[in-house]
Amino acid sequence: MALKIVKGSIDRMFDKNLQDLVRGIRNHKEDEAKYISTCIDEIKQELKQDNIAVKANAVCKLTYLQMLGYDVSWAAFNIVEVMSSSKFTYKRIGYLAASQCFHESTDVIMLTTNQIRKDLSSPNQYDTGVALTGLSCFVTPDLARDLANDIMTLVSHGDCVKRKRCSVLIMYKVFLKYPESLRPAFPRLKEKLEDPDPGVQSAAVNVICELARRNPKNYLSLAPLFFKLMTSSTNNWVLIKIIKLFGALTPLEPRLGKKLIEPLTNLIHSTSAMSLLYECVNTVIAGQYCSSVGSVVLCVQKLRILIEDSDQNLKYLGLLAMSKILKTHPKSVQSHKDLILQCLDDKDESIRLRALDLLYGMVSKKNLMEIVKKLMLHVDKAEGTTYRDELLTKIIDICSQSNYQYITNFEWSVSQPVTPHPPGISVSWWTIRVFAVAQMATLLDNAHLLTGSMQRNGICEVLYAAAWICGEFSEHLENPLQTLEAMLRPKVATLPGHIQAVYVQNAAKLFATVLKSQEGNTDSTTAQETSQLMIDRLPLFVQSANLEVQERASCILQLVKYIQKLQQKDVEVAEEVIALFAGELNPVAPKAQKKVPVPEGLDLDAWINEPPSESESEDEQPKAIFAKEEPKHSRPRHTEVDEKELARRREARKQEQANNPFYIKASPSSQKVYQDAPGVEHIPVVQIDLSVPLKVPGLPMSDQYVKLEEERRQKERAEKKKKEKKKRKEKRSGRGKKHDSGPESEEDITPAHMVDIVTEEMPENALPSDDDDKDPNDPHKALDIDLDKPLADSEKLPVRSHRAAEAPKSPAEDGDAESAATQEPKKKSGKEKREKKKDKDRDRKVSLKCSVSLQIQFSTSRIFNELSPSSFWVFNEKKSSKHKKKKQKKEKEEKEKKKKKKKHHHHHHHSDGGGEESVQNGTVEEEEPLPVSVYDIQGNLQDGSQVVVSVIFENKCDSFLKSMEFNVLDSLNSKLQRPEGSGPHDGLTVPFQLPPGVSNEARFVFTVQSIVMPQKLKGTLTFIVKDSSTHEKLDFKLHFTCTSYLITTPCYSDAFAKLLESGDLKGSSVRLEGVNMPFHHLLARICFHHHFSVVERIDSCASMYSRSIQGHHVCLLVKTSGQTVSIDAKCDEPTLLGNVLDEIKQTFSQC
Amino acid sequence: MVSGVNSVVPVLCFRAAADQRMIKFVLMVNRQGQTRLSRYYQPVELSRRAALEADVVRCCLTRKKDQCSFVEYKDFKLVYRQYAALYIVVGVTDTENELSIYELVHNFVEVLDKYFSRVSELDIMFNLDRVHIILDEMIQNGHIVETNKSRILAPLTALDKMADG
Repeated sequence: MALKIVKGSIDRMFDKNLQDLVRGIRNHKEDEAKYISTCIDEIKQELKQDNIAVKANAVCKLTYLQMLGYDVSWAAFNIVEVMSSSKFTYKRIGYLAASQCFHESTDVIMLTTNQIRKDLSSPNQYDTGVALTGLSCFVTPDLARDLANDIMTLVSHGDCVKRKRCSVLIMYKVFLKYPESLRPAFPRLKEKLEDPDPGVQSAAVNVICELARRNPKNYLSLAPLFFKLMTSSTNNWVLIKIIKLFGALTPLEPRLGKKLIEPLTNLIHSTSAMSLLYECVNTVIAGQYCSSVGSVVLCVQKLRILIEDSDQNLKYLGLLAMSKILKTHPKSVQSHKDLILQCLDDKDESIRLRALDLLYGMVSKKNLMEIVKKLMLHVDKAEGTTYRDELLTKIIDICSQSNYQYITNFEWSVSQPVTPHPPGISVSWWTIRVFAVAQMATLLDNAHLLTGSMQRNGICEVLYAAAWICGEFSEHLENPLQTLEAMLRPKVATLPGHIQAVYVQNAAKLFATVLKSQEGNTDSTTAQETSQLMIDRLPLFVQSANLEVQERASCILQLVKYIQKLQQKDVEVAEEVIALFAGELNPVAPKAQKKVPVPEGLDLDAWINEPPSESESEDEQPKAIFAKEEPKHSRPRHTEVDEKELARRREARKQEQANNPFYIKASPSSQKVYQDAPGVEHIPVVQIDLSVPLKVPGLPMSDQYVKLEEERRQKERAEKKKKEKKKRKEKRSGRGKKHDSGPESEEDITPAHMVDIVTEEMPENALPSDDDDKDPNDPHKALDIDLDKPLADSEKLPVRSHRAAEAPKSPAEDGDAESAATQEPKKKSGKEKREKKKDKDRDRKVSLKCSVSLQIQFSTSRIFNELSPSSFWVFNEKKSSKHKKKKQKKEKEEKEKKKKKKKHHHHHHHSDGGGEESVQNGTVEEEEPLPVSVYDIQGNLQDGSQVVVSVIFENKCDSFLKSMEFNVLDSLNSKLQRPEGSGPHDGLTVPFQLPPGVSNEARFVFTVQSIVMPQKLKGTLTFIVKDSSTHEKLDFKLHFTCTSYLITTPCYSDAFAKLLESGDLKGSSVRLEGVNMPFHHLLARICFHHHFSVVERIDSCASMYSRSIQGHHVCLLVKTSGQTVSIDAKCDEPTLLGNVLDEIKQTFSQC
Repeated sequence: MVSGVNSVVPVLCFRAAADQRMIKFVLMVNRQGQTRLSRYYQPVELSRRAALEADVVRCCLTRKKDQCSFVEYKDFKLVYRQYAALYIVVGVTDTENELSIYELVHNFVEVLDKYFSRVSELDIMFNLDRVHIILDEMIQNGHIVETNKSRILAPLTALDKMADG
């Protein structure tokens, strides 16, 4: 033994430790990857050694490598090994590694349950601490459920460090993963709020704060308690949490707000901690404290101080909070405009962006032009492109917000060279189109000035808009030919593709206009020259690298060539060409397309005609610019036209479009522009055309009529207005000035034009907005539990010291649960969901099982036993008579014990008949004073010949037990793995001592040669009872059944069929008589006890599959008729199959 | 026995965790962008970690001294502090109080300073596990649990005594 230790420490001396690794990496800067890969190889070697110190060291290094981004998931099992070391220094390393590397889907987590439980109940508080920390990182729903009770016990533990951590991490995480635990645990959590230890207190506050944020109404009753805490606590971090909690509670209880306002204001006045101040201000803003304007004013004042502070952080937060106030109390913020404009000059970009956000909300009709002017100055100064872009977007947002409601002077707006929103404006207000078109034409003419300097920063986007406007409203152009020429300049080819595409498209529109204007002329030279110009210039675009440009250009080129031919024959073509671009644009609400209801019987996924070949060419139109108003062809001017007429026209136009080969690419106003999915174009989008009042969510109907009416009237006045334009403008400016002083002047400002804000079009029967949809998958939903109801029995935490894994798998259990659920009113909402989840859960379990090994099955069978002992063997009654001597001695005790029914049942694996003397697979039966139960056996997947047996030792007597040694008489086939250097008959020391009433777990690895036969191993456990110093000995038997070598492995039916076809499998069959249970219970039972998974099930027939740890395939075909069940089985190992079938038969002979 | 096993599919958990108010991760990086410590309180795939770290670091390193220490990053926020060549970056959800995190970072560094007596980058590299203990003592499960320096260091000193004795 001593030699071994020396050997171990020498090994360690030569190993690299973490420091060496870090140093090494630093010294190998050039070939770091190579160095690390050699290190990983070394680590792999180290992990293979038995010495736990070496392993821990290796795992420690792995943790570092993991941080550097290397995948270490292959070492997960080793990490578990190190975690289970009894020495804290190693255990700590294991847990650290686990907390860094493990996640919910790490399969070995299943193996840690007992280890964690052990550590949680360890007398060493550091063990507990490290286990808790680790658990918080990788807790899974299973772990949460199994360990919930242990954690609850810990919460009331006397030790403060433990308690603190417990309440925080576990509770919250456990609640999240296992909501059923919340109700039973809540009273304890509540107690902790008043804990004398500040750490515990703050932890409890943390947890409740998090819980309450999601389901505040359940925690209202705690308000007085928190109120007390808030006024008494001096810990700022805790205060912040409490204030946050109140922030969540106040919306539910307005009186609370009134009560809180005083302490909050006090805090705001008194605290020196900026974070607390900030939190208070935030809460006041967010809470329903609107009644007291005074507090808002106070907040704004405080925020002003923050913003004026030289500390950039405070400035930033001040602005952030300010923007929150802005939403509720815009007036109080607006008075600080000066300060915010100052912030625009700040050195820090994020501060400037915040200030910009604020400005957005501060805009009014009055100050819009001033603010935008300031912003434009900043655009000129802005150094970074991102910031400049942001500025521009903000300017646009500011101008366009709420449908341009603040814009009083559209000429001004359009003339801003950077505003790429003219399409929106000019579509909405045709009154200003003339002006806009003129502006844009000039812009296009001078485009060469812009392109050079602006290309890099996106300002050339404005050209996109300009080109579109000029094309669409070309009838307003004074000199279309000149603009056309400008649009076809070779320089245009340097612009981004999407702009070129628009250029080409709109050049065609202009071309049409030119033709039209020349129609009457007897002299056709201009028209022909124009055609020639097009033909000359378009090839440049045909060669474009951009597909869309290319396509459009070549189409139009062909068209123009054709037109030219016609022209030469003196055919009048203008009318037809112009018809290509017929149609009027009308603003459409951004969501309109989405809201078109799908007519009954329309399958959007089905092809109606053959797939469209090129209909999507225009989908690529960048939508950003049209985001606000999407052009659509519809004719608002014809409101008065009756339905029939409309329908007729629509029909006619459809006809026209159908006959027109260029229709698809003809105009961006085509119906298809905004439809992304192929095949969608057949939806009757035409509905949008209807000029009847449309429903707009959120707007009262009367409102719409007013607007519609306005719209109509305006149309009548259109011509008149144009003439009056100038006059009005003068009038406006005069009035505007006059009213500027008055606070209510905003409403009175008369816009330059009687521009009405058009209701954006929405289709009929637009579905109501569903924005507030809650995420059904929100885990917090599950925590919405009424905490005031008394606990029902069914809700008690599973008090079980072992894994409770598969309890719901038992059919009997299922029934119980359901009835429990119906009885329990609080479950009414969750019940259905949970039922579904259960199914899901089962599926998931199965998949987990396959990767984890035998362990789960063992524990499940145990529970099954506990639940229906009558149908299974109850082993502890089968106390072996081997130790009569002892039995006599402690008979009294034993009786008591039986009455109590031990928590640790002895489980076993189904197999031998109930009354057998031997202990079942994996079950060790013992006498007092040390009942021992084998807890589980894990097949090692990496190594088909290894099985890990975990034994739980429970001390049921009143004495302290120590020096336990575990020994098994090896058979030829199965051997207990002993450390190197020990003889074949040496026992293994159990690495712990057992105080009375304590249980602990140890693991022993067995090497198994052949797995085709079940086996029983005899073993002994020796130990010393401390008080009497007597040496005691206990005999037991370990039973390895064949099923315990099977691993539930899911199998797809095709793979299953292939397997059967392969012909490598030998068959066998068995008949079960008198099986009186539903088929699905039968299947569940086979799955459950024998680790099979169902491949397919058809009526009363099912195929099942499982695999042994050594890779044998076992296939079953189960059929039932009446009370007879026949099982045809195939396996590549007939002996194994025979034994498995026997075991199955035995399982069913019990019931 | 409650049999309705509530399972939350991992993916969903991750998504939903985004709306919790908490610390998402703590990073320590040096000026060269090398990670010196990383702790995630929300599972992030290993493959995505490296990219995330690089991106986060770039975000913070490019900022000047006169800029504020809060960065809006994707759907959450970064709070960072620079100590000599070492940056401590904390990723927090949107609703977390930035200032308290900012102060927490300083608190953390003070604790490190106390333990290592004038902490340096090398201290952190060579004693990663200890730094983790300190961090775990302060932040658990993405929440601040302890800020008292001596209480934070208590387990560590006990541990050192254990190792010595």
